[in-house]
Amino acid sequence: MLWDALLLQLGYNATLVAVGATLLGIAAGVTGTFLFLRKRALVSDAISHATLPGVGLAFIVMVLLGGEGRNLLGLLIGSAISAGIGLLCLNWLTRNTRLAEDAAIGAVLSVFFGFGIVLLTVIQSMSIGRQAGLEGFLLGSTAGMLWSDAVVIAIGGAVVLALITLLRRPMTMVAFDPEYAMAQGLPVNRIDLAMMGLVMAVTVVGLKIVGLILIVALLIIPPVTARFWTERAERVVLISGAVGGLAGYVGVAISASAPNLPTGPIIVLVSFVLFAISLLLAPGRGALAVLIRHLRFQRQVHMRQGLLALAQGQPIYESLTLRILRRAGLVRADGVATDAGKGRAAKALRDEKRWEVARADQAHEAAAQLYDGLRDIETVLTQDQIADIDRHIGGPQGIPA
Amino acid sequence: MSGEEFVPLSLTPLLIGIFAAVACALPGNFLVLRRQALIGDAISHVVLPGIVVAFLITGAISAWPMMLGAAGAAVLAVVLIELIRRMGKIEPGAAMGVVFTSMFAFGVLILEVSDTSTVHLDVEHALYGNLESLIWLDATGWASLFDIDALRYLPPELPRMAVTLVVVLAFTLVLWRPLKIATFDEGFAQTMGIRTEALGMGLVIIAAIAAVAAFDAVGSIIVIAMFICPPAAARLMTDSLEAQVMWSVIFAITAAITGYVLAGYGPLWLGGNDAVSAAGMIATMSGVILALAALFGPRRSRTGAPSEA
Repeated sequence: MLWDALLLQLGYNATLVAVGATLLGIAAGVTGTFLFLRKRALVSDAISHATLPGVGLAFIVMVLLGGEGRNLLGLLIGSAISAGIGLLCLNWLTRNTRLAEDAAIGAVLSVFFGFGIVLLTVIQSMSIGRQAGLEGFLLGSTAGMLWSDAVVIAIGGAVVLALITLLRRPMTMVAFDPEYAMAQGLPVNRIDLAMMGLVMAVTVVGLKIVGLILIVALLIIPPVTARFWTERAERVVLISGAVGGLAGYVGVAISASAPNLPTGPIIVLVSFVLFAISLLLAPGRGALAVLIRHLRFQRQVHMRQGLLALAQGQPIYESLTLRILRRAGLVRADGVATDAGKGRAAKALRDEKRWEVARADQAHEAAAQLYDGLRDIETVLTQDQIADIDRHIGGPQGIPA
Repeated sequence: MSGEEFVPLSLTPLLIGIFAAVACALPGNFLVLRRQALIGDAISHVVLPGIVVAFLITGAISAWPMMLGAAGAAVLAVVLIELIRRMGKIEPGAAMGVVFTSMFAFGVLILEVSDTSTVHLDVEHALYGNLESLIWLDATGWASLFDIDALRYLPPELPRMAVTLVVVLAFTLVLWRPLKIATFDEGFAQTMGIRTEALGMGLVIIAAIAAVAAFDAVGSIIVIAMFICPPAAARLMTDSLEAQVMWSVIFAITAAITGYVLAGYGPLWLGGNDAVSAAGMIATMSGVILALAALFGPRRSRTGAPSEA
């Protein structure tokens, strides 16, 4: 069943939903990256919660006008309008009052959502006879989705993606360095607004699939995941889009493969799994890479200190140092240096002396700054320079046998 | 309205609403000033998996295991957020976003796939609670307040919420001076020997206690609204912390009462016949109060400090 779903074998509707979710995931991942780099990730939380009153009001209006209250396009337009109002309130509060952005986010989020809940209970008590099914917008549901709904979602995802492609250059610049962008003459405020508009579009398109409570996850988790893999802004954008698309696609497939699996939470959890894998395994920033780096560094320090101790004929008590030296074949089991060990130890001591001379000499100032007790002097100075230093030091004198 | 109708049907939900609102608004004052306002939002999301897991283990809706589950989930969330922040050098807002959405999604998933249809535990309940149903059927009128037999059948949420309020109040009063100093000038507080990190942690824990207790009774939407809206509105009224806390309590009580009354009787006045969600209405009223304060509050504008982009 899962394979059928992954290979798009579950029928026309399911396929269209999967395509829509993938497009949505890519769009959310890319848009989210700009928000993330701009350090405004949680603004999306306010925007997504602010869609609820619009959904309720659109339903009520459509019913009062004698239409079908569940028309997806109508509901989405309503949600976009109220999300826009929420965004304006948020901007107004941060701009014109002394409240900080986080308080404004929380206020808009909770008040709009609360009002939306009121409207939902109003709808429940309206004499329409049947359940409106608007609760599906809270957590997303693709079960029993109409063909027309699936088309709306697929087209919506494609349109958002196209808009992002158009706006990506100025948005990258503003997200990465707003002051530089301003100096370049870019309308930073308007680009910020466009960015928020895209967040709104992603939210609205994602309402039916992911639901308004969890859509924020699709905007936040992929960029954070991508951040573990690279330090370059444009690559973060690409990887984030890929992670979002993959999460959307796999999530929809898994949730279609069995009854009772809510789509939104599954998509979020798939992206969380991708995030957890990155947290553990990514090169550079991942937990494993950090651990390996730490162990290697520890080994280097112990090796160096052990060699210096050997060279000066001091006994070594630290068991880790002894183990490392023994495994490298530099000391015997009783802690006495082997021939190779004596050679390396003498070299380590001599290098230490060379560093000492180099650091005292103004001519080697740049190289001396690289001294950290571990670096080989051959990597920063040329043979000639080292030979020059050696002339200062002179031949071997009094190194214990 | 007569006592026979008011006491059994409205008194207890109203009191629970007020207690929950004040218990959340008090720590909310400090959270708003410290720019940690969204902690309430995060906490109310992450407790869901804790509560669901506790329910699945014990198999019953009972207060203590659920509180423990919620507390465990909150601690796990704090650890995860710190871990992600440190390891990935990710800004706190994004780290928080990753953790609370994932944990909430996990809670929803196990709630949907496990069989909880026999009990009253679902996502809607977690979101907007069930304030209207916390009625006191054994009361017959005002006299029941002095009737031991009737008092025994008070909804258990009421004493629980009252105790929570007392704990929050005690924390605020006892640690008032250090809290005030550490909130406005952390460096100065440290030189005075105040352990600011422990204090910050204590504040988060108190907020979590208030959130979990209120979550159980009134749902997460009131929790988030009350952590932020009354303190934010109060902040626009005054420059003094003492006055701000007072205002926030007044605003919280006003929102709870007007919201409850409007939800219960508003539709009747408008000719409808069903009440709307009290939790949603209380949150809406707190928003109305904040909007009024933002438009007319005497200290609404930013003075001195430049606005941040």
